[in-house]
Amino acid sequence: MAEHNQTVAPRLTLQGISKRYAGVVANEGIDLQVSAGEIHAVLGENGAGKSTLMKIVSGVTRPDAGRIEWDGHPVVFHGPADARRLGIVMVFQHFSLFETLTVVENIALATGERMTMAQLAARITGISTRYGLPIDPHRLVHSMSVGERQRVEIVRCLLQQPKLLILDEPTSVLAPQAVRVLFETLRRLAHEGMSILYISHKLDEIRELCDTATVLRNGVVVGTAVPREQSNAGLARLMVGRELPACRLEARAPGAVQLELINLSRTADDPFGTSLRALCLRVRAGEIVGIAGVSGNGQKELQSAISGETPLQEAGAIRLCGQQAGRLTVSTRRAMGLRFVPEDRLGRGAVPDMSLTDNCILTGARAAGSRGGFVRRGLLQRRAARAFARETIDQYAVKCEGERSLAASLSGGNLQKFIVGREIRLAPRVMLVAQPTWGVDINASLRIRQALIDLRNQGAAVLVISEELDELYMICDRLAVVAAGRLSQALPTVQLPPDTVGVWMTGEFDAATASDGHAG
Amino acid sequence: MPQRHRMAMPAENHWWPWRLERRSRPSALMRLASSPLAAVAMIICGFVALRFIGIDPIAAFKVFFVEPVSSLYGVGELLLKATPLMLCALGLAPGYRANVWNIGAEGQFTIGAIVGAGIGLFFNSQLGAATLPLMLLGGIAGGMAWAAIPAFLRLRFHTSEIFVSLMLVYIAQLLLSWLVHGPWRDPAGQNFPQSPPLPDSATLQPLFEGARVNIVFLIGLGLAAAFWWFERFTAAGFRLRVGGLAPAAAAYAGISERRNVWLALMISGGAAGLAGISEVAGPIGMLQPVVSPGYGFAAIIVAFVGRLHPFGIVLSSLLMSALYLGGESAQVELQLPSSVTGLFQGTLLFFLLAAELFIHFRLRPVART
Repeated sequence: MAEHNQTVAPRLTLQGISKRYAGVVANEGIDLQVSAGEIHAVLGENGAGKSTLMKIVSGVTRPDAGRIEWDGHPVVFHGPADARRLGIVMVFQHFSLFETLTVVENIALATGERMTMAQLAARITGISTRYGLPIDPHRLVHSMSVGERQRVEIVRCLLQQPKLLILDEPTSVLAPQAVRVLFETLRRLAHEGMSILYISHKLDEIRELCDTATVLRNGVVVGTAVPREQSNAGLARLMVGRELPACRLEARAPGAVQLELINLSRTADDPFGTSLRALCLRVRAGEIVGIAGVSGNGQKELQSAISGETPLQEAGAIRLCGQQAGRLTVSTRRAMGLRFVPEDRLGRGAVPDMSLTDNCILTGARAAGSRGGFVRRGLLQRRAARAFARETIDQYAVKCEGERSLAASLSGGNLQKFIVGREIRLAPRVMLVAQPTWGVDINASLRIRQALIDLRNQGAAVLVISEELDELYMICDRLAVVAAGRLSQALPTVQLPPDTVGVWMTGEFDAATASDGHAG
Repeated sequence: MPQRHRMAMPAENHWWPWRLERRSRPSALMRLASSPLAAVAMIICGFVALRFIGIDPIAAFKVFFVEPVSSLYGVGELLLKATPLMLCALGLAPGYRANVWNIGAEGQFTIGAIVGAGIGLFFNSQLGAATLPLMLLGGIAGGMAWAAIPAFLRLRFHTSEIFVSLMLVYIAQLLLSWLVHGPWRDPAGQNFPQSPPLPDSATLQPLFEGARVNIVFLIGLGLAAAFWWFERFTAAGFRLRVGGLAPAAAAYAGISERRNVWLALMISGGAAGLAGISEVAGPIGMLQPVVSPGYGFAAIIVAFVGRLHPFGIVLSSLLMSALYLGGESAQVELQLPSSVTGLFQGTLLFFLLAAELFIHFRLRPVART
């Protein structure tokens, strides 16, 4: 082999890696090399085979064919423990944390090192401050937002002093400043000799951070590139295989106020939750209002207050389509025209072990416009629900084996398309969407964003809560920021520079008041 | 929950040539085969155990499983004993699917027996032909009322319905004991702790001559069909399933937990109460300190052996009934201890839980390299 003649073998070499699942090709003849100190991007859409490849590298899955070399020596992984011994550690996209335990307890379980909780807690605090990932080691995981859990996951991995760190969509839930800090961290780690495999579809980030990129499509390598020398469009073309259309948001005069928050306050039930403090906001028919902010600043609480999952004491704090709605139940608010896409898709937005048809009955029980009404006189209307599910699958290009597929069998992006499609097709007057494209690939993200814009053009009031600032700038007419349970004014996106939003995210703003909305 | 799926990554070891691997989708074949497989494994296990204590297993199995049903009377007994198990298990299953864990069917059974028998004992002369139907309805209402206590306490004070319903079993049994020792004792009963016998007009008559099984068995079959329809076609059944499969999705979709808890406990309480009065108005014929040999608890096993499916429960209640009859017959003819029934019940449940693993996992030989 040629590598053996070189002075330094690459840290990791993959040759001809192939893996099939029940006849479906996940990876076919994949070659890849990562050197010490290299940040190597693995780029591809959902279903391109990135996750399978990373499972093979981290020892979770065994390839059907192919060769893995570590520092020039062939290795076979019998399980994740083997890979971990070599120093290969993965930050998962879905976090394997026990919700009823604290951060430090979770990390103690995962690392299995012999040290006291106090020592471990001190190490966690040390690493988290050094790398700009602030977490309190004694917090219970169930009270943490998705973004905060990811920090725990990254810190857990760094504690193991890895030689090869695999990161799966790590920035999708971080604020711009936090992304910059993370990149500093990753560069420092690479400088110290750590190899990093960076899975993402965010082209800007890859061009900024990564030394090399391997692009996957349908399970095979379609190219390698030096991202700095490529344009976004070039990388995207390589990844998707064709040119991509852009979202278009055309100016449009908004209509009547459909959703209004009037001094919405709510003390958190959970000691680690965020209390909402006098939030004021108006969302009109035919506009998209975005709420930016780092996760854990009240987004979770705000969503469930608006959706009705945790009703308020004061009826007047929320007005929905002109009526007081603060104390109404989820069902009543749905009947008034509210639709909601939550950030947790599996287990909240959809029942994992039910078919897509049944998942349409879930929120389509009541008639909405010409659709829905899957429960009549107490009986399920499966035929109508099946047709609705099929149309949703077609219209939103959901990849699945038909409307009988279990929700759990869909990939994250496809399930999100399905849920967004389902809610939009149920004729919303007010649409609340949280993290519309978290972990969703470029094609699906475009489709979801365009669907939200189309919904706005049809006259619905749309409120998007997202941590991806780029996305909010793409689709929002107005933008507000939530920080520490307070909400800023919502200013037209064109008048609000991203730098100001960055400052607002730290809480440096004058909160909106009930009278502000009139101006907007 | 996705986290849990990820946790279930089996670590490899080197002395055992097989490993468990998660199936890409649950196996439909294993879903059907797991209960029969468990029954076969139970029989093999029993075979070995009997051999071990020096009894010819073939002869013993004949005594256990064949002799009890070799007469019309025996078949009648099989159906008779299956009836209360079937009723209780049918009622429990929708709740178990919905994450509402009523463990106290035995108590609701007892209260159903008390209320129904009370109607038969004290209002028989006024009610005439309506006595028996009203007794059955009274039994259902009694079971529901007893199940309402854990429902109310869970929704009002967040108590666990598991503990409350279980503790209420003992209260119900003591209440029955007090009644038959005290105010309801038969004055002509030579001081035995039992109520007067129920008059004929308040007693369920056998379905056919020479057996004791009565109309309630057919009611049970009808209820199985009704529950199947309920779970498959009604919105209420759908809401129960969502509440059990994904509580956060239920909250998101506006499915009321309150309504689910009440519905599940009313169904299970009512069914257990019906089973209770049917026993008292049927084979027993009066109230006595003990009206159930643990049907309410055995029904929990029946519900799971039947995979919480109404038709599965019909079959598993027949199997459990056969175990009860076989145990009695083995006691009489082979002088085996009565605990042999418990042995079979226990091993059956054990193997069933083991067989269920293979619905979601399969064994794969470890490739040697």
